[in-house]
Amino acid sequence: MADITAPAQVSVPAPAAPDFSGWTCPAPLRDLPRIVMGHGGGGALSAELVEHVFAPAFAGPALSGLGDSAHLELGGARMAFSTDSFVVRPLFFPGGSIGDLAVNGTVNDIAMSGARAAYLSCGFILEEGVSVEVVARVAEAMGAAARTAGVEIATGDTKVVESGHGDGIYVNTAGIGLIPDGVDIRPQRAVPGDVVIVSGPIGQHGVAILSVREGLEFGVEIQSDCAALGGLVQTMLDVTRDVHVLRDPTRGGLAASLNEIAAAAGVGVVLQENRVPVPPEVANACAILGLDPMYVANEGKLVAFVPRGEAEAVLAAMRAHPLGAGAAVIGECVEDHPGMVVARTALGGTRVVDLPLGEQLPRIC
Amino acid sequence: MKYLEEFQDPALARRLLDQIHATVTRPWALMEVCGGQTHSIIRHGIDQLLPDEVELIHGPGCPVCVTPLEVIDKALEIASRPGVVFCSFGDMLRVPGTGRDLFQVRSEGGDVRVVYSPLDALRIAQENPRSEVVFFGIGFETTAPPNAMTVHQAKRLGVRNFSLLVSHVRVPPAIEAIMGSPDCRVDAFLAAGHVCSVMGTDEYPELADRFRVPIVVTGFEPLDILEGVRRSVAQLERGEHTVENAYARAVRPEGNPAAKAMLADIFEVTDRAWRGIGVIPGSGWRLAARYREFDAEHRFSVEGIDTKEPAECRSGEVLQGLLKPHQCEAFGTLCTPRTPLGATMVSSEGACAAYYLYRRLGGTQAPAPVEASPVG
Repeated sequence: MADITAPAQVSVPAPAAPDFSGWTCPAPLRDLPRIVMGHGGGGALSAELVEHVFAPAFAGPALSGLGDSAHLELGGARMAFSTDSFVVRPLFFPGGSIGDLAVNGTVNDIAMSGARAAYLSCGFILEEGVSVEVVARVAEAMGAAARTAGVEIATGDTKVVESGHGDGIYVNTAGIGLIPDGVDIRPQRAVPGDVVIVSGPIGQHGVAILSVREGLEFGVEIQSDCAALGGLVQTMLDVTRDVHVLRDPTRGGLAASLNEIAAAAGVGVVLQENRVPVPPEVANACAILGLDPMYVANEGKLVAFVPRGEAEAVLAAMRAHPLGAGAAVIGECVEDHPGMVVARTALGGTRVVDLPLGEQLPRIC
Repeated sequence: MKYLEEFQDPALARRLLDQIHATVTRPWALMEVCGGQTHSIIRHGIDQLLPDEVELIHGPGCPVCVTPLEVIDKALEIASRPGVVFCSFGDMLRVPGTGRDLFQVRSEGGDVRVVYSPLDALRIAQENPRSEVVFFGIGFETTAPPNAMTVHQAKRLGVRNFSLLVSHVRVPPAIEAIMGSPDCRVDAFLAAGHVCSVMGTDEYPELADRFRVPIVVTGFEPLDILEGVRRSVAQLERGEHTVENAYARAVRPEGNPAAKAMLADIFEVTDRAWRGIGVIPGSGWRLAARYREFDAEHRFSVEGIDTKEPAECRSGEVLQGLLKPHQCEAFGTLCTPRTPLGATMVSSEGACAAYYLYRRLGGTQAPAPVEASPVG
């Protein structure tokens, strides 16, 4: 290496005034002719795909809610029905596996309607060459998760695709559960005055996955929070049936869930940023990667909108449950700025917490 | 993390704010150079807490925003070629080139990978000897040393299938260009702390003298930024214009000699186009002639690409401080992070994206509910 301490200078003419008025703009990329990863990110691109492609094609009254689960009436019973596909890589990660996610994800989608999942279906898409031992471990994890959640896997299907056409194992689950009488939980029910509660520290699942996927080490191992939330929801409903909204902030994180609720109900949401529980190891990992914990996925947390008068009792009941020990009031529902989520920063400023576009991208520096 | 929450302490922030309020007597315009500082200012709402007299102008220090369209198009062209593994930092993937971005190249079958370090790209090259692995080397003096190190390692290890698409830029010539602009209304600079941790502060006294402008080396956490503002305002009120280091925990006057030596070996200073601004003399780095074999532009001969930028957005005025992002007619309507008209709307460090994400509430127009709905 040359022994110089400053880069070699080429001749530098006197600086011409830059033409700032010439700042021109790239063509807007309005029309994406193909699916990009962001279409699966749970943000604005995902919503556009549903809105413009799936909903018009499927149009039916049952679909109109577009919530985590559909609310159906069949033979006089009210049911929550939901499905989810799991394409996580790696298959096993600190705190869980694709099997745990496949059960808990669908159980939680149903729990967010106040229902207790009763039966699950399960579809496997296996890649040629994946070891049977790995498939068995995933199946065992699913069985164990189902027993913990008190749900029965009642039907299933298996397909195999050629080597190179899958990531080892993809799993789809669907589930169904009864909605108790007097319970009506959906995003549209958020009203000004509701208190916003989160069931515990956020961001653990996304950071756990990132740490193993990208081989990043943060000094301490961060475990996924993957868990079934049916029991916690039951505990809350034992306090009051008048829980207005429940949502499990998975893809897109807390920010996406709150934006969806604000938009669906036409209300504003105000957060006190320093009340949102973020574990130090998650905060550190996010600081290093340039991510915002509010947008990082959770798999064992819920956010609840409850009437102010019930908030204290609901919070106490949540904290008495093992999966709600870290529950905290993080904000409230307001009449101002309908459809928008606003955070008050620790310093006393405010900022809009927007719906993420697609994938959250690590910043360059 | 040590040195993270300590520098976000609300009580200490209040004390600094009180001092700034007590010191300021007249309007001053301060430019924070680095996009990371812009992001922090807006994310924490710092500009709302400053006295009305103190205006923060968001400078052109977002590497994603200033990388010229021509280079983006070269990246898209190279990434589209069969047999190429194109590696990049994540936030370059959504920057629009002429008509498409790297995400779309990937959806069309291109092998585009997000990496966290250029050395990861070198490892991919070693593991895939039959592929041509290209790393998109953009950014300021901060990202240049690891990219230089990667080229150094590639040469040392004899990795022939690795190359770098280089579009590095340097801060001091940009400051010089901004101060030389006839419309310039910047009274002081918050210099980018991380750039100075590499390059030191030697390049700044001459600029401070020539343009009679205070330059305060500033960090990125809220207290760092408030301290930078406090020192800038104090200098301006006293009529001084010196270089101060308000980020001493990371910046030494001499910078990082090892990194500078690596830069001097691998790169040479060149004129560089900044997206939309045009060419700023001596404002960039390219690979030195003796490392030409690692230059992706040379290897893939991507000359003569026809670039096209419709002239609709006003990001030049935004970057000059003549226009706040929300004062642009396209802001939040035609131009959103989903449909960016300008690169400043793409990166989370870009002034327009930062305003869109965090500040629409305080904008002049009432927020349209449709923007926050899942319809997008």
